[in-house]
Amino acid sequence: MEDQDTHQDTNETSGGYRKASLRILFSLLTIWFIVSFGCGILFRDWLDQFTIGTAPLGFWMAQQGSIICFVLILIAYAILMGRLDEKYGYSEKSNDKGKETK
Amino acid sequence: MDQKYWNFIFIGISFAIYIWIAVKSRASSTKEYYTAGGGVSPLANGMATAADWMSAATFISMAGLIAAKGYDGAQYLMGWTGGFVLLTILMVPYLRKFGKATVPDFVGDRYYSKTARGVAVICAIFICMTYIMGQMNGVGVVFSQLFSISLTKGVLIGSAIVFFYAGLGGMKGITYTQVAQYCVMALAYTIPAIFIAIVLTNNFIPQLGLIGNYTASGESVPFLQKINNINESIGFSEYTASKLTTLNMFCITAALMCGTAGLPHVIVRFFTVKDVKAVRKSACWTLGFIAVIYLTAPAIGAFSRVNLIDKLNDTSYKEAPAWFKDFEKTGQMAWVDKNGDGKIQYYGPAKSEEKTSSPFIGKKPTYPPADSPESLLIGAHGERLLASKTDPTNPNELWFGADIMVMANPHMAGLPKWVIALLMAGCIAAALSTAAGLLLVLSTAISHDLMKNIIKPELTDKEEVRYARIASFVALSIAAWFGINPPSAFIAKTVAFAFGLAASSFFPTLLMGIFSKRVNKQGGIAGMIAGITFTSAYIIYYQFLNDTGTPLLFGISPEGIGVIGMLINFIVAFTVSAFTPAPPEDVQRMVRRIHNPSGAGEASDH
Repeated sequence: MEDQDTHQDTNETSGGYRKASLRILFSLLTIWFIVSFGCGILFRDWLDQFTIGTAPLGFWMAQQGSIICFVLILIAYAILMGRLDEKYGYSEKSNDKGKETK
Repeated sequence: MDQKYWNFIFIGISFAIYIWIAVKSRASSTKEYYTAGGGVSPLANGMATAADWMSAATFISMAGLIAAKGYDGAQYLMGWTGGFVLLTILMVPYLRKFGKATVPDFVGDRYYSKTARGVAVICAIFICMTYIMGQMNGVGVVFSQLFSISLTKGVLIGSAIVFFYAGLGGMKGITYTQVAQYCVMALAYTIPAIFIAIVLTNNFIPQLGLIGNYTASGESVPFLQKINNINESIGFSEYTASKLTTLNMFCITAALMCGTAGLPHVIVRFFTVKDVKAVRKSACWTLGFIAVIYLTAPAIGAFSRVNLIDKLNDTSYKEAPAWFKDFEKTGQMAWVDKNGDGKIQYYGPAKSEEKTSSPFIGKKPTYPPADSPESLLIGAHGERLLASKTDPTNPNELWFGADIMVMANPHMAGLPKWVIALLMAGCIAAALSTAAGLLLVLSTAISHDLMKNIIKPELTDKEEVRYARIASFVALSIAAWFGINPPSAFIAKTVAFAFGLAASSFFPTLLMGIFSKRVNKQGGIAGMIAGITFTSAYIIYYQFLNDTGTPLLFGISPEGIGVIGMLINFIVAFTVSAFTPAPPEDVQRMVRRIHNPSGAGEASDH
């Protein structure tokens, strides 16, 4: 929060915003790793003892479940980052259209 | 009505739509040519990106590869979609904020060096070329199927069409054309799947059919159980079993993911939306649209395998369905009557002592020249004879290319003719949309990054667009040649190499450029060169030079080696940076600036 007033001059991110956005990034990437490499490949054999419908769960995670999770991850990312932008006043509406790109 | 007319009607209508859109939204400036002026809505951009993303390889070969590989096919499913998550979370919002038109632009500025930009341009050209070859081959497969002509002619027709409308519209035209193409592709992919799901599993949602019961023959068994049983009974390993080591599967999936995140032609797509918020939204739409097709592919793969074996195995050639003979004519299926009983036998490696399963020697069938005496062309049962030598070590008599699984699918299920025509239109849409997007990036890399920013800075906008058009013609000609003589049997495999190269060059370089303030010019360049040299050397060695079977490094196949290339890139870049001075203050400020999502402005082109 401490640089909140200065970010519009320097157009650099405040430490708080950067930390929070990295936290979102790492937690979503952790989920990403677990559903794909974890469930679909590394722990697949163990998961196969369960079934979804008539299909073994590990196989299903690899070919279907992981993709569904990926879409959910991106939706979560858009929502969480949107909220964070608003909290730190970076959302486009509260900022008159930046023109710093040359 | 004959199938041919249906095909012409569907493809004709879809082409008319594409051309109408391309003409309507013709680019008038370089900015529109490169990034559509930056004002495309997230939904439209999502659809267009999904169409760009889903190449001919995805559309035509992926289901076939999954059918052949079973569980292991998940490497493509997870690799390509999972990579999109990386792309969205790690790359695109930051690069969009940076606000230049191309990926080499970012590399050039972030590593403050023309050499870095040059290396990036070469990588971009290399990746796009590898990728576009697969597309041209795909276009060729469809056209040869469509008009019953040779692959060579099919590729040439396809190239002419791609050149015509990619050169015309620029990014703006391509974007809106791709929206239409996505709709055609999605319908063409899902409608046959729904029909087949109803026939085989009595369930009209293919994804539910896959986890439901097989009901076609009166019995009711779990579908995956059924396909496992079929596979085992004819000597293949179980469909749900993994044939790769866990490490190899892990590496291939990871290489595809990181490669996806480093594909220049996909990153550029997000420069066409308004701001960082729209980028995130657009990415959600894109993956949603991609998922529609990716979730259907495993169902199509499994269904078509059951259908194919059911329809052909142990059937006498004379009674074999007409589509089998059609595919035989185009050289996409072949039958060698080894035991002379006039019946088609399809067996896997477990039925032979040598563990082989190819009906003939070599990877693809070869045929005697068309003017040979008839006794060499047509066999005792009316089948097309091969020039390839018969492989006597196994009893298998049937060969088919993985590419035709999707295209033969509606024939196999006996679907109405308009469904087949729709599928053809979808295949062409898939190949065209990706080829056009790639061609644009290729021509931009050459005209904007190479000519304007490195060789001739005084180039005017008009000259730049002209160079772009010349470059796309040259690139397309080369791509067409490789489309006719593909370096690998499966289209998707060719594309997998592009991903390996992207994984070892762009992905790590961009990642370090965005998240590290310490990696400098020397480190970035050395890393990129080390990564791409290692990866391409490994792939070329195992794909082209090594026929004798030198054991693979750590048992990682060429498709997965991009991951090791990526690690090498990281290690080299950090080591070299540690011994050389930190980047100048303005570059460090730039890195901080791109982490601020606001004020992305319009994507500028210089």
